[in-house]
Amino acid sequence: MSRYLNFIAEKNQVKYLIITIAFIIFSFFWIYPLLWVLSASFKTDFEIWGGLGLIPDRLVWENFERAWFGANMGRYFFNTLIITVVSVIIVVVTTGMFGYVIGRYSFPGKKILIGILISTIFIPQGYTIIPVFDLLNNLNISKNLIGLTLATAGHTPVIYILLFAGYFSRVPVELEEAAKMDGAGFVRTFISIMLPLTKPVVATVSILQVLHAWNDFLLPVVITLGNPDIRTLSVGVYAFKGEYFVDWSGMAAASVITILPIIILFLFMQKYFVEGVQGAVKG
Amino acid sequence: MNKKSLSKQIYDARWCYVFVLPCLILTGMFVIYPIGMSWYFSLLDWSGFTKEAKFIGLQNYYEAVNDEFFWDAFIRSFIFMFGTVPVKIVLGFIIAVFLNNQVLKLAPFFRTVIFMPVVTAIAIIGIVMTFVFSPFNGPANKFLMSTNLTSAPIDFLGNPDTVLPTVMGVYVWKWLGITMMYWLAALQTVPQDVYDAAKIDGAEGYRLWIHIILPIVLPFAIVIILVEAVGALNVFPLIETMTAGGPFFSSEVMEIYIFRTAFVTDSGTMPRLGYACAAGVFWGVAVLFITVLQGLWMRRTRRI
Repeated sequence: MSRYLNFIAEKNQVKYLIITIAFIIFSFFWIYPLLWVLSASFKTDFEIWGGLGLIPDRLVWENFERAWFGANMGRYFFNTLIITVVSVIIVVVTTGMFGYVIGRYSFPGKKILIGILISTIFIPQGYTIIPVFDLLNNLNISKNLIGLTLATAGHTPVIYILLFAGYFSRVPVELEEAAKMDGAGFVRTFISIMLPLTKPVVATVSILQVLHAWNDFLLPVVITLGNPDIRTLSVGVYAFKGEYFVDWSGMAAASVITILPIIILFLFMQKYFVEGVQGAVKG
Repeated sequence: MNKKSLSKQIYDARWCYVFVLPCLILTGMFVIYPIGMSWYFSLLDWSGFTKEAKFIGLQNYYEAVNDEFFWDAFIRSFIFMFGTVPVKIVLGFIIAVFLNNQVLKLAPFFRTVIFMPVVTAIAIIGIVMTFVFSPFNGPANKFLMSTNLTSAPIDFLGNPDTVLPTVMGVYVWKWLGITMMYWLAALQTVPQDVYDAAKIDGAEGYRLWIHIILPIVLPFAIVIILVEAVGALNVFPLIETMTAGGPFFSSEVMEIYIFRTAFVTDSGTMPRLGYACAAGVFWGVAVLFITVLQGLWMRRTRRI
C-alpha cells in the first residue's frame, strides 16, 4: 500500500504548475551532462566545443566505429558482458542457497555464520584489493577473465543474502511439508518448490549485481594493470583517455557504449532497481 | 523430549552446510582472506612485484603516521564525508517529500531522471566531468560565461581551491538518486492518517512535520546516515578518473593515497605494497571505529 502526503491540493492549480515547471527545469539541468555526452558522441570534435546545443548537425557514426574497433571497445564490451553474466549467475546461485538455509533452518553454527557476514558489510573494497590481486596472481588466474569474474562475484554485498533470507523465511511451512510428503529431499524441495517462488528476489539481486559488475572500476583497473586484453569497458574508456586524449568524440562514443546498455536496462526494469536499493534501509 | 546431541544436529543439518559452502568459499577467498593478508603484508617491506619481502614489524605504520601526505589524505577523506553526506540527506529528503505526492503526475518521470546518474558507470562520469568542467570551452564554463555569471573561465579541476568542492558536487549529483529512494521508502512507512492530518495548512501542518513525521522517519535517517557515511569514504573511482588526486595532491583522499603508494609508478617512486597495506589497515580500522560508533548511536536511538 502506498501512502502519500498530497500537500499540493488538486484544486490549487497555480502551485501545482509552479512545482511541475520547477522540476522540469531542474530535471533538464540534472540530466544535461548525460545528454551532452550522448550528443557529443555524434558530433565532430570541432562541434563538441562549439556550443551548448544538444542536436548534432549530422550524425557522425564514425565516432562509434573508431571507438569500437580502433580503441578496442568491442573487445572490452564482450569482456564486460562475460564478467557480468557469469558473476550474476554465480552470485544468484550462491547467495540464493545461503539465504535459503539462513532464512528457513536453524543449525549449529548459524549465528557465527551470520556474524561473519555482517562484519564484512562495511569492509571497503579498497581495503582488500591488494591481497585479492596477490591471490589471483598466486592462483595463476590474474591474466584471464576467470580471476576477474570470480573476484567480482566474490565481493558480494551481504544485502543479497538478506534479501533472499527475508523472502524465504516468509514462505509458508505447509509448502515444504507437502513436498516432504511427496518424498522430495532437501535439494529437490529447494529447486522445484522454493526457487520458483523467489523470482522477484532473483530479479532484484540480478539487477543489482549487473549494476555492480558492469560499473565496477577499482577491481578491474588493478587486475588489468598489466593486461590490456581483459580490460572492462570502464577501464577501457579510462585508458582511452590516457592514450588518445585528443579524440574527444571517439571518447564520447566509447562512454556511450559503456553506459547505454545499463541505462536501457534501468528504464525497463526500474521496479527491481528501486526494490534492491530500498532493501538496504528497509531491513 | 531429549535435546538431540550436537553431532546428530549437525548430521541432520548436513544439507544446510552444503548450501552455505559455495558462498562461504567465495567470501573467504575474496573478503576474509584478503583482510587477514593485508594485516600480514603491512608488516613487510615488499614491492609486490618480486618475491623478495622483508619482515620489518611496525615500521610501515611508523612511516605512515609520520607522512604528512598520509594525514592530508586522511583528513581530506573526512572533509569529503562531512561535506557531502549532510547535503545529500537534506536535498534527498526535500526531493523525496515533493515526489511522494500522488497529485504530481510527473513524479515517476522526475524520479527516473534523478536516479539516472546512479546507474551510470562511475568511471565514465568521472571522465565525462573532466570535459564538462574543462576550462577550455567546457559546457559548465560556457554556461557560466554566456549567462555572465563569470567573466573568465574557471579551472574547476585545475585549481587546488576549487577541485575538491567540484568533485564533491559531482559525487552528490551521482548518488543523490539513492538517497532519494531511501527517503521515499522511509516516507512510505508514515501512516496515512498522519499524512491526512498534515494536509491541514499553516502552523499546525508545520508542527506536525516537526513533531510527528520527523520522529517517525528518524530511525530511517540514522540507517541512511550510516550507509551514506561509509559510502562517502569509498570514492576511489570518481576521484581517480576525474583528477587522480591532483592538482598537487589537493584532491587526494585516502583510497587514492593507498592506490598511489601501491601501484602507480608515474612519479618515479617504487610501488610499495607493504607500505600501502599498512596505510590501508590504519584506514580500515578508522572506518570501522566510526561505523561501530554510529552503530551504537543507532541502537541507542532506536531503543528510545
